[in-house]
Amino acid sequence: MNGGLKTVGNGGQMSDVWRMIGRRLLFGCLTLFVISVVIFGATELLPGDLARQLLGQSATPETLAALREQLGLNAPAPLRYWNWLTAALHGDFGVSMANKRPIADLVSARLGNTLFLALYAAALAVPLALILGVLAALWRNSWFDRAANSLALTSISFPEFFVAYILVLWLAQSGLFPSMVRITPGTTFGARLYMSFLPALTLTLVVTAHMMRMTRAAIINLLASPYIEMARLKGMSPLRVILRHAVPNALAPIINVVALNLAYLITGVVVVEVVFVYPGLGQLMVDAVTNRDIAVVQAVALIFASAYVLLNLIADVLSTVTNPRLMHQR
Amino acid sequence: MKVLLVVIAAVAFALALGWVFRAAAWRLAPKRHTLVFRDMPLTAAFGMAVILIYVVVALFAPVLAPFAEREVVGGQYLPWAAPYLLGTDNLGRDMLTRLIYGARNTVGIAFATTALAFVVGSILGIWAAVLGGWADQALSRFVDALMAIPALIFSLLLLTIFGTSITTLILVIAAVDATRVYRLARSVAQGIVVMDYIEAARLRGEGMWRLIRREILPNAMAPLVAEFGLRFCFVFLAISALSFLGLGIKPPTADWGSMVRENATLITFGDVTPLLPAGAIALLTVAVNFVVDWQLHRASGLKE
Repeated sequence: MNGGLKTVGNGGQMSDVWRMIGRRLLFGCLTLFVISVVIFGATELLPGDLARQLLGQSATPETLAALREQLGLNAPAPLRYWNWLTAALHGDFGVSMANKRPIADLVSARLGNTLFLALYAAALAVPLALILGVLAALWRNSWFDRAANSLALTSISFPEFFVAYILVLWLAQSGLFPSMVRITPGTTFGARLYMSFLPALTLTLVVTAHMMRMTRAAIINLLASPYIEMARLKGMSPLRVILRHAVPNALAPIINVVALNLAYLITGVVVVEVVFVYPGLGQLMVDAVTNRDIAVVQAVALIFASAYVLLNLIADVLSTVTNPRLMHQR
Repeated sequence: MKVLLVVIAAVAFALALGWVFRAAAWRLAPKRHTLVFRDMPLTAAFGMAVILIYVVVALFAPVLAPFAEREVVGGQYLPWAAPYLLGTDNLGRDMLTRLIYGARNTVGIAFATTALAFVVGSILGIWAAVLGGWADQALSRFVDALMAIPALIFSLLLLTIFGTSITTLILVIAAVDATRVYRLARSVAQGIVVMDYIEAARLRGEGMWRLIRREILPNAMAPLVAEFGLRFCFVFLAISALSFLGLGIKPPTADWGSMVRENATLITFGDVTPLLPAGAIALLTVAVNFVVDWQLHRASGLKE
């Protein structure tokens, strides 16, 4: 408290921002904690318990007791939660119930693959969406803008597997790209890029539309402001007005929607991975849900949810940092 | 080149359908609605025409379908030729029949789920707004926590725990989507609760239920209806995605998502048949989005 009062001038303003960021981080940690409680606690909602649910009504008391022992269901729930959480924080998610392998082994290789796919799609989608959004704002109400808008509205409404199969039919049929992804430890980076092009393109098409629409809306919102009018009256070219004056002020909403869509990519990979038989976390999760392998599902859900929360947190912090009014408060 | 021609033909057909529907609608509509229908954009008219067609197909599925829903009629993967106009599927069932019944099952289940999510979400949301205080805070923070988990991941988790059947599917998706509806309903109702007429109604001694039903709900209807359309799209896509993953509606019930999954191998041979159910999903969501877009535009009062 004393430190905050003593610092004057620029330092005082900066520490405000840091305090705000600190508060957001704290809030993010709290959200993560609550999420972990929900993911763990969801199994407690069952009538009876997990062992009864997995084995069905016809199970003998002996097998039930054995499974309870194996799952550690005899300990009270808060204790089990604490053990689960501390082990998970150390990277130990327990053992898969379907094939008895450690979940950490199953997850680690696939996590890298999924992150690779999501980053790949983001590297294609973000520049594309920003360029299209700026162009649509520049040529607003032209045929380009209208076509881009109806295309965007259409592609938002398409299920991922529809886009994916159209691409397969179009690009994999002619032998240009493989329709299945086989990644081995020996695969080179270039080969990986080539093999995962179709899944990455599918994800790109799904998320670009939304980002483009929001970029366009954020810029057009600003175009009515007096300082844009002023810049135009000075005789600046329309492109320069947008790039130099409108975009910096539209950054906060744009960053927000980009991060939101990246967060969406994290979950969007599930369906796309299944279509292209991509060895990622989404595929693992779907298999685990089919086998009702609750330990694996909990671990993967925790990873996905944490990534989602982290991205939203980063968006929050970044949009604060890019807003000059918040950075230089009076 | 061929692709471009198909796209142009499809767009032209869609515009023509929209134009015909609009021309028919504003002449047939009751007098006070004439202007609304006459001035709607072609995209919205196209959307309404498509929705109408889907509803008719869903209602009269047994009349329209040439075969029974689960009947094995011939060999597997037969090509498009009479009497199987769109060929047969992986078990030798008629594709066209399955598509028609899919309209009934997939759309029906999605509609029931959305309706359930809406009833639960909006009543809880308005109730929280009227009540205020710690009950509102507790419920809202709880919903916030649930919303921090991505929807698809959360539904997968719940489906693992409760098992996959149509009932649990409807309940799980409805529960996940009710949190989103709750958010909207609460924020809309919060704006209404502070109005004078609500104060007056409270002083008259109106009970909670009457207050919600007679005073707040009619005034919160417009944003809720638009949200219903959007929410239906999300629910419909979510159910289709889960069915496609093999975790939603189970065979032998005809359903578009699982039809894509079952016949996906055909795509690698250059056959477009598996794209038909996927396209049916896409077409309906596009149509609903067009209508919702128009409604939102109208509700916002923007003329141009």
